[in-house]
Amino acid sequence: MGVNQPLGDNVKLTTLDSLVNWARKSSIWPMTFGLACCAIEMMATGAAKHDLDRFGIIFRASPRQSDCIIIAGTVTKKMLPIIQTVYEQMPEPKWVIAMGACACSGGIFDTYSVVQGIDEGLPVDVYIPGCPPRPEALLYGLMKLQDKIAKERNSFGSTIGLGDRLPPAVA
Amino acid sequence: MAENHRAIVKLREKFADSVLDVKEFRGEITVTVKKDNIVAICTFLKDSLNYNLCSDVTAVDYLGSEPRFMMVYNLYSIPHKDRLRVKAPVEESDTVVDTVSTVWSTANWLEREIFDLFGITFTGHPDLRRILMTDDWVGHPLRKDYPLQGPDREPYQGRLS
Repeated sequence: MGVNQPLGDNVKLTTLDSLVNWARKSSIWPMTFGLACCAIEMMATGAAKHDLDRFGIIFRASPRQSDCIIIAGTVTKKMLPIIQTVYEQMPEPKWVIAMGACACSGGIFDTYSVVQGIDEGLPVDVYIPGCPPRPEALLYGLMKLQDKIAKERNSFGSTIGLGDRLPPAVA
Repeated sequence: MAENHRAIVKLREKFADSVLDVKEFRGEITVTVKKDNIVAICTFLKDSLNYNLCSDVTAVDYLGSEPRFMMVYNLYSIPHKDRLRVKAPVEESDTVVDTVSTVWSTANWLEREIFDLFGITFTGHPDLRRILMTDDWVGHPLRKDYPLQGPDREPYQGRLS
């Protein structure tokens, strides 16, 4: 008779962590938050030609519905507390992308009023260089974030209250 | 030419000892006056000479020369279609000027900006707070002796490589 296959190809075995990570990386909802010219490239990335929707990336207008914030532009010292407030309003798990030279390092604005990199105020997951980065660069950065999410550990355990979500193991 | 300007003639008549200097450059008339009389002069310019639009109030820091600061009022007369620039020197030891926000309301925020960035205070101003920098900011960034990268950082020394 041979091996009976009552379920055919309908079963896939995986770990719960992988399942949760797959769900999270396939539905990154970034906060709609533009600060400067990088926001224009971010909008272009979301629009028809580059189409972020095909990655499940849908911009949300509220931090309470978002799990990612793209810091797209120059962060002034006056703006930093506002960004931190928005970040704190986002539910866990959440990720931060520093888009462009200004958000990564202050860029050309080496002055008293500009924060020299958003990592002085928020934990950054992905840095995207460029002034501004082209939509392809932002897409690549978002795909890098997807890779990072896919490798996170204890994703399922942390959601049911067992320990903390752990960053990807260092290879 | 500048001496024949309608505002200069009147100012020389009425505020003879307040007018320090009159200059014309490329058709732009600039009159420098003493800061003590600035409100009376501005009121006269607005009420009698119809300079009813205050396009800008700003200041300049001439670090190293005396007097250090210069107030600049750019005025425009909508009925007469002509412009006038009024300047008033301000000593570093006495960075206090009377407010002209009572004459032109738009000077309110412009004087707040000058207070914020140059540290010149305005007596009689209704709401003299910082307008651009954060409320807890220390120092006045547009002063020439304010370090470009802020007081809490090492100044940029040029590229090392």
